[in-house]
Amino acid sequence: MQAAEMNAIRAAEGLLALSQQEELVDLPNCPLSASEDEGDSDGERKHQKLLESIGSLNGKNRWKLAERSEASLKVSEFNVSSEGSGEKLVLSDLLEPVKSSSSLAAVKKQLSRVKSKKAVELPLNKEEVERIHREIAFNKTSQTLSKWDPIVLKNRQAEQLVFPLEKKQSDFVPIEHVFSSWKPRTPLEQEVFNLLHKNKQPVTDPLLTPMEKASLKAMSLEEAKMRRAELQRARALQSYYEARARREKKIKSKKYHKIVKKGKAKKALKEFEQLRKVNPIAAMEELEKIEKARMMERMSLKHQNSGKWAKSKAIMAKYDLEARQAMQEQLAKNKELTQKLQVVSENEEDKGAEEEELLVPDVVNEVQMCADGPNPWMLRNCNSDAKGEIQEEPEQPPKPMVQEFSESEDDERTGTEEEILLQEFEERRSLRKRSELNQDAEPVGSQETKDSSSQEVLTELKALTQKLNKKKHQSRKQKMSSAGTVLQIQREECAPEEEEPLLLQRPERAQTLEDLEDLGHEEFSQNKEFPRPVLKGEQTERNPNNQIDAPKGKKKEEMIDLQNLLTTKSPSVKSLAIPTAIEELEDEEEKHQKQIIKEAFAGDDVIKDFLKEKKEAVEASKPKDVDLTLPGWGEWGGIGLKPSAKKRRRFLIKAPKGPPRKDKNLPNVIINEKRNIHAAAHQVRVLPYPFTHHKQFERTIQIPIGSTWNTQRAFQKLTTPRVVTKPGHIIKPIKAEDVGYSSSSKLDLSVTQSNPKRPTGHRKKQLKKNTVD
Amino acid sequence: MKVKMLSRNPDNYVRETKLDLQRVPRNYDPTLHPFEVPREYVRALNATKLERVFAKPFLASLDGHRDGVNCLAKHPKSLATVLSGACDGEASVRIWNLTKQKCIRTIQAHEGFVRGICTRFCGTSFFTVGDDKTVKQWKMDGPGYGEEEEPLNTILGKTVYTGIDHHWKDPAFATCGQQVDIWDEQRTSPICSMTWGFDSINSVKFNPIETFLLGSCASDRNIVLYDMRQATPLKKVILDMRTNTICWNPMEAFIFTAANEDFNLYTFDMRALDTPVMVHMDHVSAVLDVDYCPTGKEFVSASFDRSIRIFPADKSRSREVYHTKRMQHVICVRWTADSRYILCGSDEMNIRLWKANASEKLGVLASRERAAQDYNQKLKEKFQHHPQIKRIANHRHLPKSIYSQIQEQRVMREARRRKELNRRKHSKPGSVPFVSERKKHVLAVVK
Repeated sequence: MQAAEMNAIRAAEGLLALSQQEELVDLPNCPLSASEDEGDSDGERKHQKLLESIGSLNGKNRWKLAERSEASLKVSEFNVSSEGSGEKLVLSDLLEPVKSSSSLAAVKKQLSRVKSKKAVELPLNKEEVERIHREIAFNKTSQTLSKWDPIVLKNRQAEQLVFPLEKKQSDFVPIEHVFSSWKPRTPLEQEVFNLLHKNKQPVTDPLLTPMEKASLKAMSLEEAKMRRAELQRARALQSYYEARARREKKIKSKKYHKIVKKGKAKKALKEFEQLRKVNPIAAMEELEKIEKARMMERMSLKHQNSGKWAKSKAIMAKYDLEARQAMQEQLAKNKELTQKLQVVSENEEDKGAEEEELLVPDVVNEVQMCADGPNPWMLRNCNSDAKGEIQEEPEQPPKPMVQEFSESEDDERTGTEEEILLQEFEERRSLRKRSELNQDAEPVGSQETKDSSSQEVLTELKALTQKLNKKKHQSRKQKMSSAGTVLQIQREECAPEEEEPLLLQRPERAQTLEDLEDLGHEEFSQNKEFPRPVLKGEQTERNPNNQIDAPKGKKKEEMIDLQNLLTTKSPSVKSLAIPTAIEELEDEEEKHQKQIIKEAFAGDDVIKDFLKEKKEAVEASKPKDVDLTLPGWGEWGGIGLKPSAKKRRRFLIKAPKGPPRKDKNLPNVIINEKRNIHAAAHQVRVLPYPFTHHKQFERTIQIPIGSTWNTQRAFQKLTTPRVVTKPGHIIKPIKAEDVGYSSSSKLDLSVTQSNPKRPTGHRKKQLKKNTVD
Repeated sequence: MKVKMLSRNPDNYVRETKLDLQRVPRNYDPTLHPFEVPREYVRALNATKLERVFAKPFLASLDGHRDGVNCLAKHPKSLATVLSGACDGEASVRIWNLTKQKCIRTIQAHEGFVRGICTRFCGTSFFTVGDDKTVKQWKMDGPGYGEEEEPLNTILGKTVYTGIDHHWKDPAFATCGQQVDIWDEQRTSPICSMTWGFDSINSVKFNPIETFLLGSCASDRNIVLYDMRQATPLKKVILDMRTNTICWNPMEAFIFTAANEDFNLYTFDMRALDTPVMVHMDHVSAVLDVDYCPTGKEFVSASFDRSIRIFPADKSRSREVYHTKRMQHVICVRWTADSRYILCGSDEMNIRLWKANASEKLGVLASRERAAQDYNQKLKEKFQHHPQIKRIANHRHLPKSIYSQIQEQRVMREARRRKELNRRKHSKPGSVPFVSERKKHVLAVVK
């Protein structure tokens, strides 16, 4: 391309020269137009000449044409006359007659281009070229070098550098080879190995053992998930029950265990009842078992209050309530166990049984049991118990319950009110019918949560409940008019059984019951009763519409109101002051400020504190007496013995009076004279360079690095040297391959050899091109 | 009566295998180990004192040359082998075994000075240049019995070569003299020669990391960098005074240090030559040679003031100065490839071997010994700013000449400073600008 361009330039240059020539040629023509008068012959000759000159346009001997055949009017030094040269021939004019040829059009175009082009610049001098060359090379090199920046930075900041840098190339061995070559040696390894091999754990690609594969095939995902969830649940349940059993087993309370036992017995009874209905034969067998147990009980002396323990308790019984109770319990147990079971006939039961049967024989029946006895205390307790149970029902709000509770005490004597109460029970019963499922769990729970104070009565009750069904039927036989009467009669029936254990200790018993009641009251009142009246009182004082809800909120509101009142007052005062005088206001504000400050710092007396501090400082700086007395030296020693005054006086070294304090006459200054010159010699005076705050520096000093204060691992970590070199190893310069770069220089020499000389003209051109690029 | 038995859990004291360490119960309760700072301070003080007590850096002197040792070269593969060239005409190159501390070979290499010596990267041969305008390649192993000691190749040049260095990877080497020539080992004419200006070049050094880079220093006070691949010089920096030699950092590709006649060393980043990264000043006479520790953290410099100094690469003051009574102007110095020892060749015909860490214990260390050493090192580092420790750690005995020179130069520097201060005080504000110490010494950077 360059060559073509050059050719073009050459052609253009040729043309330029030609055009100049033509101009020269033209010049003699100029007088032609001016001197028309010379005649035709002259004109003809001139025409001939012009033709010749045109004809010689493409000829070689152009200069010859300049020869002059005749002297012109005006001879210039260019042997052409310039006379009458008004108009000049333009190049294009000359070309016009041959315009039709296309080759000349191209020439013309080139001609115009050449005319527009300026002269070629001089080539740069050698130094300049070299400079450019160097600069480019330098930039290139800098770029290649800057890839080292991160590595250099990393190495400079590294906590530890280990030389030589190049690591041993770990040759990659397929994992199977490693495994095959390795043999288990220790028992643990062998065990693990066996386990792995048993499962045929694949080492490489498939990742699944054959068993796993099979299981995957066997079970769909959902199925597996479900099963897994099931198993999980079972496991969770199991663990929960286990934990519960463990917990229960740990409980030391005898009472609790008794309750649990009784609960179990009750449950067994219930089950038995059901069994009787469903499967009479099995029930009979069960019955026999119970009978047998009864026989055993009758035979043995167990629960007869005849054992060693029972005798000791009997001695204590007079004074100890608990002992008495324990004895009674034992007797009750005996009684219960020896009680003959009465098989209930089917026909007896079926009358009212259907509805009653469904009922759980808990509270109401208990009440009925208790009601049999003549003991009014017992009755009351039963009621209260019942109440307690009612209280625990979730639907019942606590408040009316308390009211009921208070009511129930009065109800006992009046039969009519009792009836109302029973009606309530009836209602509840019907409620319970609806939610039968819950009932199984409820009684146990309620019993467990009973107060410990009322425990005694409760246990007794429970003992009675076991003979539930039988009693019920009996009572039903006797009187079946109304619920109220049933209650009364059952009370009567219950009485003889209850009487025996309670008999002896009656007065005290009554007392205890009262106590119990009081306790129960107290608890209730503590929980609910007491706070409420107080609140109520407040509420009634403030707002008449006795709202129970959110009393606290109300209270808060009122406080805010009070504040509002206070704040609203102050602006009113100000508004009065503003129009009269602003200064006054300011004064007032200042005073106010002062007052506030005074109030804020009312507690601390700064001056007094300072004086105290100074006094302490003075005391502390005073040299102390040294007591060198050795207690027990030359006399008796020991705890409580002091060395004699004489001895103390003898061995007391009185400190010399120190120099007067510098702040002795300066009342508001404390000058610390503690600076230790000896210590100062070892202290750093100025903050060392990399630290920006003295605290940083102090912290570095205060952290010990020795193994006395640090664990071995920490010690090693803290004392790792900055640079580690292996003795006897040659440390080679860092390589690009060491740090993960591919080496940039393939072979420096080969590059050099390819361009051994200084840049030639050809290279320069290339270089220029590069720079342009 | 209930008897409480002492019981121990065997897990706490029984080893799993015989090879395990015995468990030693320790209580790290800080109340049981009070005064940690004062105790560590005392330990640091003792460690510093012991360091000074055990600071015996001089190991051996290798004598045999008949004239001043002009150049030294390390063997690239063997730590025990060192080559040296001397200024005398006969027996001018010697090869030494450091473990035996003996000369194992003597070569009559050149007539007159041996100006430069360098080993091939593989360690099989070495090159020497001398005043007799020749470059000679020698086998590292001596000649067999009955063979004559002859160079492998001899190149006759037109001018005197003043230095030589071998490429780190390729079979090429560079010589300097009138110009920097790069030679292929197989050819008798240089594959390229680079010039910039017309002055004699003292030394040339290949960059060990980016191996196509070269640095040279010339008598007209400049340092020139070349790119061998592009066969062109890159940049030139002109300093106050002549640079005797340069050394590239073997771990940081773009860093080199120049040993200057003006008693200082200048560490440059070759990408920014207008300001040296650090000016290292402690010598009291011209610095003649410099060599980096293979770890790139320190370098050693040899000076005309009859001492060698060890500088941390990033500090301006030296951490160590070595001298002996008999050691004269130190002409060349090398740090051995395992970074433990320093070799220096001096005017009075000896090569001396020094420990790089003056108080280091030589030989194999037990692990506890090493742990104690590391701990002491850390303690010294931790308390290095405390005046007593600093005082002890920095104390060095110097020959009277150097000591008085230091005092003298301090006075001179102070006077210069005061003069500048006064000039600044009595001239128009801003007309005497503050020039940092680093910028002061760079006259110009020529592109």
